[in-house]
Amino acid sequence: MAFEDTKMDIATHFELARADYLGRKRMYLVIFWVGFVAFVALAVWHSGFNIFEVIKGLPRTNEFIVKMYSAIRLDHFWEDLAEWYWGFTDWLDALIVSLLMAFMATVIGTTVGGALSFFASRNLARHYATYFVTRRMLEIARTVPDIVWALIFIYPFGVGPLAGILALIIHTTGAQGKLFAEVNENIDHKAIEGIRASGGNWYEEIRFAVLPQVMPNFISYTFWRLALNVQAATVMGFVGAGGIGHELITAVKLLYFLDAGAILLMIICTVFMIDMSSEKLRHWIIGKETLVGS
Amino acid sequence: MSVRLTDITEDMVAEDQIRFPRVFSMTLKEKAIRTLVMGGGTLILLYGLNRFGFFSDKFWGSLGKLWTMFGQMFPPTGWDQIDIFAHAIGETLAMAIIGSLIGGILALPFACMASKNLMPIRPIQFSFRRFADVLRSADYLIWGLVFVRALGLGPVSGIMAIIIIDTGILITLYSEALENIDRKPIDGIKASGGGRLQVLRFGVMPQVLPVLLSNALYMFESNTRAATILGIVGAGGIGFLLSDNLRAFEFSNACTIILMIIAVVYVIDYMSKKLRERFIHGDRVSQGHDRPMERVARKMNE
Repeated sequence: MAFEDTKMDIATHFELARADYLGRKRMYLVIFWVGFVAFVALAVWHSGFNIFEVIKGLPRTNEFIVKMYSAIRLDHFWEDLAEWYWGFTDWLDALIVSLLMAFMATVIGTTVGGALSFFASRNLARHYATYFVTRRMLEIARTVPDIVWALIFIYPFGVGPLAGILALIIHTTGAQGKLFAEVNENIDHKAIEGIRASGGNWYEEIRFAVLPQVMPNFISYTFWRLALNVQAATVMGFVGAGGIGHELITAVKLLYFLDAGAILLMIICTVFMIDMSSEKLRHWIIGKETLVGS
Repeated sequence: MSVRLTDITEDMVAEDQIRFPRVFSMTLKEKAIRTLVMGGGTLILLYGLNRFGFFSDKFWGSLGKLWTMFGQMFPPTGWDQIDIFAHAIGETLAMAIIGSLIGGILALPFACMASKNLMPIRPIQFSFRRFADVLRSADYLIWGLVFVRALGLGPVSGIMAIIIIDTGILITLYSEALENIDRKPIDGIKASGGGRLQVLRFGVMPQVLPVLLSNALYMFESNTRAATILGIVGAGGIGFLLSDNLRAFEFSNACTIILMIIAVVYVIDYMSKKLRERFIHGDRVSQGHDRPMERVARKMNE
């Protein structure tokens, strides 16, 4: 009898607790959705976003694209293509400048950021102050968008690719430093202890214990960053910091829609190809060696 | 058969070196490739440094100018315009929210078409993937420029640019998540007579929803950063004020705006991280005090 009572007790308790739990869950859900909808409504009101206006405007986008690509007739394909790309050599040169900017920024930024990342990892930095200062510096370099750095560098370095490269270097240093520091924090510490036990100094610990473990990750991130930097380098010209972006914004401002379309197609193809090959390379590298922390 | 480290002689090492040459050094081909890549890279780097004027005398003079400029940036000023700045920051956030929301929803049907297990016709699946890659190949600012010409100056163009890139990236991320699902729950629902819609609702959704939300939140962070700069081409947000002040050499005002951008990006990153931890990864429902069965057990123990 007593046993039966206990059983009843369990069931009632369970039902009560379950009802309580479900009620609370429902309440959280309602609060979340009300908050979410209010937030979005506030955003719509503040930005003046009107979906009907967009729908009304979208045909104009279409017109714009058609205007951009109206040069090609199928029966004179090659002649039209040649005429469409009348400025090909200039544009190609500007595109190469963009690629060169991205390459240089990736190499220099990764080297500097990689070196700083060892000071910015909690487990490798000898003093907390070193860690804190390096980490904050890297975060600021990363948080300020690269194009803003370019706007800053335009004043002292003048209009041209130099300002763009420096901007990309600063941003790359910050981004790579932070990512690499996170990789460093996930390594196996046994190797470090081994080096330390056999009398190695801090530099030797990094070189022989940390670097072999993190190198595949570093390389993978570097290829990824290269693809991102190519994309960023294509728009540096918008603020006068060199590369193909300058040609594009000039064409759009002067309402040369055919030129704008031609340049846009070049940019998209280049970024697309760089993106694909960087991904292929990354998968190849990851496949070859196992990654830290994953 | 155990060899102690102190017992190893020079001869043993030499013998091993002959038996396992790959352990001790790279092959000639690997060395050649390495030298070629390193040498080529260095040459390109030096050419670039020379071409863009890193070695010119002007470069060092410019560094001094940069230092002066940083001096002019501090202390930050423009506090009388703070309400204008705050309004623009609000516009930036609004752009990121609306763009991420629409992009996050819009990407879902495309992602279904682009995942191998939900779209059996391979050419269609493949072309949806490539379509997504094309969408994200052009930068935010390029799409911003295109939409400013089409829809006019203002945040609406920026929102459209964000939607395009957000959709492009999320199609790839979503479809990868959809391809990684476990088939067993789907088979179970099919076996118990569930239709296509029920398979989606009870077999697929519970598995992928956390991953989808996590990716959408990640893109929201990225979109917030983008929304701060879209104003440079006139597509709304704080970027317009920033580039305006920098071009007018009002460096201390620009400094205030940059500090505000940093603060906003930090806050959004932090909030997004907390949201992810609380509602997606560390499912709060499964925490001890909210489990009905566990509470009963605790009560019975008292």
